[in-house]
Amino acid sequence: MSIAIAMVLVVAGSILFHVLSPWRATPIASNWGFIDDTMGLTFLVTGAGFVAVILFMAYCLYRFRHVPGRRAAYEPENQKLEAWLGIVTTIAVIILLAPGLLVWGQFITVPKDAMVIEAVGVQWSWSFRLPGADNQLGSSDVRYIDTTNSMGLSPADPKGQDDLLIASSELHLPIGKPVKVLLRSIDVLHDFYVPEIRAKMDLVPGVVTYFWFTPTKIGEYEILCAAYCGTGHPQMRGKMVIESEADFETWRTAQQTFEQSRKSDASRDKRASAQ
Amino acid sequence: MSVMGLFFIFIATVAIMWLVRQGVMESPWLEEGEVAHYRRAGGAEPPTAGRVGLAVFLAVAGCLFSLLAAAFFMRGDAPDWQMPPIPGVLWVNTFLLAASSVALQVAVFAARRADAERVKTALLVGAVTAALFLIGQIWAWRELLELRFFASSNAANAFFYLLTGVHALHLIGGLVALARTTDKVRGAERVTKALTTSVELCAIYWHFLLFVWLLMFAMLIGWADGFGAICRRLLS
Amino acid sequence: MTDASVPQNVAPPPAEVPDVDLYHAHSWITKYVFSQDAKVIAIQYAGTAITVGILALVLSWVIRLQLAFPGAIPFIDANVYYQSVTMHGMIMVVYMLTAIFLGGFGNYLIPLMVGARDMVFPYVNMLSYWVYLIATLVLVSSYFFPGGPTGAGWTLYPPQSILTGTPGHEYGIILMLVSLILFIVGFTMGGLNYVVTVLQARTRGMTLMRMPLTVWGIFSAAVMALLAFPGLFVACVMLLLDRTLGTSFFMPSLVELGERKDYVGGSPILFQHLFWFFGHPEVYIVALPAFGIVSDLISVHARKNIFGYRMMVWAIIAIGVLSMVVWGHHMYISGMDPWFGFFFAVTTLAIAVPTALKVYNWVLTLWHADIHFTTPMLFALGFLVTFVNGGITGLYLGNVIVDVPLSATLFVVAHFHMVMGIAPVLVIFGAIYHWYPKITGRMMDERLGKIHFWITFLGAYAIFFPMHYLGVLGMPRRFYEMGETAFVPASAATLNIVITVIALAVGFAQSIFFYNLFKSLKYGAPAGGNPWRAASLEWQTPETPPGHGNWGKHLPVVYRWPYAYSVPGAPEDYLPQNAPPVRGERSP
Ligand code: HEM
Ligand SMILES: [Cu+2]
Ligand SMILES: [Cu+2]
Repeated sequence: MSIAIAMVLVVAGSILFHVLSPWRATPIASNWGFIDDTMGLTFLVTGAGFVAVILFMAYCLYRFRHVPGRRAAYEPENQKLEAWLGIVTTIAVIILLAPGLLVWGQFITVPKDAMVIEAVGVQWSWSFRLPGADNQLGSSDVRYIDTTNSMGLSPADPKGQDDLLIASSELHLPIGKPVKVLLRSIDVLHDFYVPEIRAKMDLVPGVVTYFWFTPTKIGEYEILCAAYCGTGHPQMRGKMVIESEADFETWRTAQQTFEQSRKSDASRDKRASAQ
Repeated sequence: MSVMGLFFIFIATVAIMWLVRQGVMESPWLEEGEVAHYRRAGGAEPPTAGRVGLAVFLAVAGCLFSLLAAAFFMRGDAPDWQMPPIPGVLWVNTFLLAASSVALQVAVFAARRADAERVKTALLVGAVTAALFLIGQIWAWRELLELRFFASSNAANAFFYLLTGVHALHLIGGLVALARTTDKVRGAERVTKALTTSVELCAIYWHFLLFVWLLMFAMLIGWADGFGAICRRLLS
Repeated sequence: MTDASVPQNVAPPPAEVPDVDLYHAHSWITKYVFSQDAKVIAIQYAGTAITVGILALVLSWVIRLQLAFPGAIPFIDANVYYQSVTMHGMIMVVYMLTAIFLGGFGNYLIPLMVGARDMVFPYVNMLSYWVYLIATLVLVSSYFFPGGPTGAGWTLYPPQSILTGTPGHEYGIILMLVSLILFIVGFTMGGLNYVVTVLQARTRGMTLMRMPLTVWGIFSAAVMALLAFPGLFVACVMLLLDRTLGTSFFMPSLVELGERKDYVGGSPILFQHLFWFFGHPEVYIVALPAFGIVSDLISVHARKNIFGYRMMVWAIIAIGVLSMVVWGHHMYISGMDPWFGFFFAVTTLAIAVPTALKVYNWVLTLWHADIHFTTPMLFALGFLVTFVNGGITGLYLGNVIVDVPLSATLFVVAHFHMVMGIAPVLVIFGAIYHWYPKITGRMMDERLGKIHFWITFLGAYAIFFPMHYLGVLGMPRRFYEMGETAFVPASAATLNIVITVIALAVGFAQSIFFYNLFKSLKYGAPAGGNPWRAASLEWQTPETPPGHGNWGKHLPVVYRWPYAYSVPGAPEDYLPQNAPPVRGERSP
């Protein structure tokens, strides 16, 4: 008996918690509103299923509890009922899956005009690279990594000379322009994760992965790492600043290119050895 | 991955066909009576537990080797992949293992004819050739190591040692079972049914290991590259 | 015989097993320590699994304490935290749940339920336990090595798991891999037994479709485990070689903390494929036995046949087959070819259909039933609630695009704890309350059992339900401290404290269960042979607890399915499987 009541209470409590909970998804700041919509749809469909199943069970528990003299019915199966339930469930699953797959299709098709940038993860910090005037990123390899070339850019690749290196963990992006983020790790798995843009993707050493999004809201967002990468994992933070096109240009022109950084390093070295 | 897929489809088909034959689609469960539904193909003798056990074990071992093969092909895609030269002794080894398999099959025929002497010789030949195979494998390892193809220097070398090593471990396990069978045969007056079964199980296991070795060898000397290429095309 | 379609040329299997085939213990040691009797092995397995399970439970308190009071507890630092998370997860999934369902319940119930005298390969069965024990000892011993156990996360993803940024990279990771390899070897021996016993040792009249669903569940789980564990085996062996010999199976060229490593070209994603090829089926290896047991608990205590037995069997088979091809849903954001996302999303959501059908059939079994609210029944009902809850959040995570924001957050943690943590654990408790009388001959205390149920069920729900919302908010998992994070409100910390307090309370409440378990051994009410008036074979043994060889002189003969409850016209509300039909009685 009390279990029937408990089940009603569990359902009621869960719904109440859902309504009253102050913990909700962060305000979205990218074009991936569809993801939120699909999740909302999933919540409605599955939530209805949960409530229906548990309440029906609670009713059975109340109605068919043992009382002296009761005898259960003998009912091995009911193929028609089972077939119907199967069909209804299949339809519900298709309702969830179809929009999900459509949105996934968008998620993996990067727009042609997307601006390409690169995020590099290392235990335990973020750095970034933006293409220079030629609009192309130069090649890279862990072999080239040394103290003056922490991202491992290929020194011989002309495309890479004008790349802008951002070592400060702070990435700026212009609002309203699709960005394709190339992801590269120098040591272990990391994951580029900004809750407000919904999308995330692993950084895998040895390969370059990617994902894309369009920033839609000006503001500052925290970049976290969402793939366990050792004891410093929670401290691996960065900042993403979404700003107007003009602000973004100002910021960009202030960044150092690969060539400049090597020159300044070299001159610093020379000074150091002259002393 | 497609190696795995093929293997899995094979296992699933066998399992589902068997289940259907056992009546999972029908509803004999609702009938009452001593033997509500006992159907066996043609009244043939039911397989013994040992045989079924071996079949299940071969499925597990098959799964293990398919996974290794899948890993081999996936890793083989990387640009650093460089197969080591194949020691010539492997051809001899292949011949030895095949001979071992044949010997055990001869033992099975002899056991069925209750020819105890013949069983003993055949088992002995089988065991010796299998042991020679193992020694040959060690020889191949030494040859590669002397040429400085270390496991750590290239993943292809590592796979060479890993695949041959896992295969050899299975064969060593088989040799233990074979030794026990030989022991039983030696002590026995005549060839009993249980003994015949033991010999048969050994022979089946040997054929399986030979089969695995042939596929593995083909992979190692690169005959299976075409297959790997097909997999890759299927995947992309 | 009522079935005219049976071909006449078929001889029924013998009702006698020749005595020579049976193993006999001759001394105390061979009877209780190095025993080959499946029932003793079952107790050994279960005892070991529960013992390490308690260790894992204590570790979960360490995790919870750190999450609620970051920095306030002196002995918990990042290393200890990650080591605790790793050991907790690995022990719970592999060394506790897998071992107790297959090694514990499988060993005890399979022979009894199919009417066999023992497992078919008793010696191998014994070896299986001892190898398992050694595996757990190797794992636990990592606490006593420099550097302690590994803190790589239970997924052990390379490169990080064998590099210096991870606690326990010295010995912990090696011991973990060796222990897993041993576990798999031991499990394979046991698994062969479970499968072959079901295939070969069924008694006369016990067709496949007359087996209790418990046997179906454990059988299919064993088959799946036999096919899935090689994935983990290969992954562990190769990772071990990467760690010890410096091979590059999984390790690409990398620079770790400023130091260039010698690895080159390896593929971390290959490891993930191999790991999840095992890892996902593992979920069902734990779930299928629970499904089976729950079906039997509900049927017995609701005095009604399980509804749609055939559908239940087909669903188990369908789930078993499908769950071998869904592993990619753990890798949607792993950087694998995104086109796989379509395939794995479809297969994953397809599994929801047979799973849902099982849930419907459990619930429909309650319709027109005669429900006794015994402790085992309560636990079975608790399972239904947590399993349905965890199952529907699975639809979020399986639907590839919805998984993108949720993966690697506390939503995932809440989901898998509901579905494969809490739900199976409730079943384990229910099963122990249910079969305890058969194992010991005494009943457990119902009142204590109910108290235990209420605290555990409501408590566990209260721990993990709210956790979903922290995940939706975006809080990542495996963060040993959240620190200052703009999007996390202060109230999240409060919720974490509440969860921790409940978790500690639920944890301590388990002592009620253990008190009950040991007290009833001596003071429990005598149970008789069949206290629940159940129809399946294990309750019809001539002795309770079942003696050596289970069945006395004659093996039982089975005349009907195990769910003949409340059959119209029958004098009692259950007909044992081995009760000969009364002539002229209407067949149900
Ligand atoms: C009351 C009991 C339990 C509590 C309070 C608990 C709590 C936790 C917590 C707090 C975490 C860490 C989440 C994070 O990464 O931030 C965790 C991880 C985990 N737990 Fe539990 N847990 C319990 C029982 C179980 C059970 C029964 C299972 C069996 C399936 C289980 C399996 C896992 C796994 C696989 C992980 C992931 C470990 C990893 O991230 O590497 N837990 N648990
Ligand atoms: Cu990280
Ligand atoms: Cu999964």
